[in-house]
Amino acid sequence: MSLFDYTLKELQDKLHNKEITVSDLVAESYSRINAVDDQVKAFLTLDEEKAKAQAKQLDQQSREHTSLLYGLPIGIKDNIVTKGLRTTCASQFLDNLTDPLYDATVMEKLQKENTVTIGKLNMDEFAMGSSNENSSYFATRNPWNTDYVPGGSSGGSAAAVAAKEVFFSLGSDTGGSIRQPAAFCGVVGSKPTYGLVSRFGLVAFASSLDQIGPITRTVEDNAHLLQAIVGHDPMDATSVDIDIPNYSETLDQGVKGLKIAVPSEYLAEGVSPEVKEAVLNGLKVYEDLGATWEEVSLPHSRYAVAAYYLLSSSEASANLARFDGVRYGVRSAQAGSMLDMFKRSRSEGFGDEVKRRIMLGTFALSSGYYDAYYKKAQKVRTLIKNDFEKVFEDYDVIIGPTTPTPAFKVGEIIDDPLTMYANDILTIPVNLAGVPGMSLPCGFSSDGLPIGLQIISKHFDESTMLRTAYAFEQATDHHKKQPELGGANK
Amino acid sequence: MSNISKEQVRHVAHLARLAISDEEVEKMTKQLDDIIHYAESLNELNTDDVEPTTHVLDLKNVMRKDQPRKWIDKEDALKNAPDKQDGQFRVPSILE
Repeated sequence: MSLFDYTLKELQDKLHNKEITVSDLVAESYSRINAVDDQVKAFLTLDEEKAKAQAKQLDQQSREHTSLLYGLPIGIKDNIVTKGLRTTCASQFLDNLTDPLYDATVMEKLQKENTVTIGKLNMDEFAMGSSNENSSYFATRNPWNTDYVPGGSSGGSAAAVAAKEVFFSLGSDTGGSIRQPAAFCGVVGSKPTYGLVSRFGLVAFASSLDQIGPITRTVEDNAHLLQAIVGHDPMDATSVDIDIPNYSETLDQGVKGLKIAVPSEYLAEGVSPEVKEAVLNGLKVYEDLGATWEEVSLPHSRYAVAAYYLLSSSEASANLARFDGVRYGVRSAQAGSMLDMFKRSRSEGFGDEVKRRIMLGTFALSSGYYDAYYKKAQKVRTLIKNDFEKVFEDYDVIIGPTTPTPAFKVGEIIDDPLTMYANDILTIPVNLAGVPGMSLPCGFSSDGLPIGLQIISKHFDESTMLRTAYAFEQATDHHKKQPELGGANK
Repeated sequence: MSNISKEQVRHVAHLARLAISDEEVEKMTKQLDDIIHYAESLNELNTDDVEPTTHVLDLKNVMRKDQPRKWIDKEDALKNAPDKQDGQFRVPSILE
């Protein structure tokens, strides 16, 4: 039994009663990392000395703290800037960025809660990918079976939580990068409404889509971690100034009378029979709990992936222009002229997928093609957003699978970009519409791989999303099953 | 039906400040062509009367007072630079 098998509330009780110390929690993290991370490969950078010193200091402080997150070990996706702690976005371009100058706003918020940062987690380079195979360092493996991918791009964040290397983690989600790896690794991951969590200090991929969100082992823990990171931030002009509800207060209000919409497009061809069955069984659970569900249509779903790749790549091509080898990052040793230096540094520093998307985005924004591709995709985005608004006139939540299939094998589709992109077909529309969405475990495939249930709610209605998820989790045991790392499935 | 030429790929690579080898041009031309071809499925939709969405939220211009405040000092700003001299970022000569 691991200390991380307890819930956040149980751990706080143990801390208060002096049954355990923060140092115990941090030691648990590193001993687990030492035992399993050579198989899981979730971490890019560890911060053991600083984490242990912080734990010691927290142990010396009064136990009369009020934060529920006090002393809990957290892992941070490597595209979130951490002052003084190496931040690479899993890119060779930033390989030497060992001493970042500032903390992302979410890191400042976590400091107020006194969480302990254990290290930085692997990801697809600059968050571009769905398998973690695009990390320029190494591919993180799925703790349920290390022949399989953990998903991406927040694959390290999901795998580390599933493998109990940390208590919880932060990821980022541009087209499914929190929800898809959460589904593949059998953990709970949520993408908040666009604008709810500050993006200041999140290395930008596609600024109109990116959001930071929590990855945890239970819905309740997810609500608590989300609560800690939300809120208006003057440093992010797209951060929204609204009243923030208390998410955990309404978790146990049940789903009696809840109206669930199930998009027929989300159970259509391409969704594996096992995934479909797990989701239908999940809907049966909701029926038993007093909710009702009906099939609806999100008619423009099939255009979401194409619109997304044009828009996100266009934004990425602009955002990644900042990597020029002048102020930070790795400069090519070959550099001749200034222009030559830009080109060589970028070409040596970026991996294939990043280059491919910069090229696609530059093309879509270039003179003569802007209206045909970029603007067209923006118009289709409007249609997709309207689809969601229409459904939410009559329903409280939308439920479907998070991914069409369970995790795939390492190396299986890495050479086929379009097949890889299609993997995000059920998560991308949520980012385009800006609504919140989350994934939680709802079953297992015959190969023993987790299957994720996706719950989507209205803009800024995280309370209903989390309450819906909590009701399911309380009624089922899927989240209690755990990967046997170092055991049966190697 | 797009058909991206190798010449276009080289031009786009230049715009994107990427140096790509002949081999990469070959591979990239095929992959970009596939992706663009796929993206053209959007043309099945009539969007003549549809407004484009740049942002999902109804954002207003965010204004703030133009007040100086402490951020990072020069020494810190130069700390991670690949090359620097006399308190400045150093780059290769711009003029040939």
